[in-house]
Amino acid sequence: MSAQSHAQGHGHHRNYVKIWAILVGLLVVSVLGPMTGIREVMLITAFGVAAVKAYIVAKNFMHLDIEKPIIRWTLAIAVVFMVLLYAGVAPDVQKSDGQHWKKDAGFHHLPAQPQHEGAHAEGAENGSHAPAEGAKEQPQGATGH
Amino acid sequence: MKTIATTRSATGIPTGRLAVWWVLVSEIVIFGGVLVSYVMHRLGHAEWAEQAAHTHMWLGAFNTLVLLSSSLSAVLAHQAAEKGDGKKAANLLYLTCLGAVTFLIVKSFEWTNEIKEGFTIQSGGFWSYYYTAAGLHAFHVIAGALIMLWVANSAKKNQDLHRVENIGIYWHFVDIVWIFLFPLLYIAK
Repeated sequence: MSAQSHAQGHGHHRNYVKIWAILVGLLVVSVLGPMTGIREVMLITAFGVAAVKAYIVAKNFMHLDIEKPIIRWTLAIAVVFMVLLYAGVAPDVQKSDGQHWKKDAGFHHLPAQPQHEGAHAEGAENGSHAPAEGAKEQPQGATGH
Repeated sequence: MKTIATTRSATGIPTGRLAVWWVLVSEIVIFGGVLVSYVMHRLGHAEWAEQAAHTHMWLGAFNTLVLLSSSLSAVLAHQAAEKGDGKKAANLLYLTCLGAVTFLIVKSFEWTNEIKEGFTIQSGGFWSYYYTAAGLHAFHVIAGALIMLWVANSAKKNQDLHRVENIGIYWHFVDIVWIFLFPLLYIAK
């Protein structure tokens, strides 16, 4: 589509005031939803309606429906990155515990279990939290948190 | 020599508009990172709902109405620019800027009250996200309003009318970000 035909496609057959009125109606729905006190209704009216509102704005005000497909695909790729971020990080963030860590009021590292019983006993006697002898040979930075 | 927007042969899209879309793709990643992080932490911390209960839903709803209305004036400005009516386009862009100022005044009032109540950016995880996400958005509102004033001043003289569409696309994106921030920060309690 040429720039001229793109421009011609914008204003025609679109009643922007009517589209705005629909958006305001959806806003009212999203505000009234939580007043029902039903969690499922609140989630649908808040986030479902938000998605519909965003779609209406993108389609009718940003004219994505008549924009070149490459733009829609590029935007979609950015959204996919958001989903990937969530899928990759959420399991750790939303879990309450894992290997050598747990969450309660805050985030805590748990001391690693000693490899050798002797090293543990020696450290406990000295009241020291120094790493075991073998750990000293590791390069600096290898034990960083 | 005056620079004019040309159409890129590879995409068939005018350079200016293509640049705006490219900016928005990076903005999706910026805001997306903040919002996705917020959602996953919110789902992992049920107690954040108690903090969210302190935000003012009606002020958030009013600001949503303001931004939706400013999007209407922005798209009407674009329509006027297409018809070659630069003066009308400029006036509608000034109206959009008025919406931006209204939004920021309400936000300032809201933040002042919350800070007075003791809810600062250091008051916990929820408030950190609240001020970061809303603050980043407010920064985009300020930037958009300033650019819009610049575009309106040119449009008033019937110059560079294609820029009216470009700033409009950016403004609608700012509106869409708020459409998602509103339920996340104000409704879900």
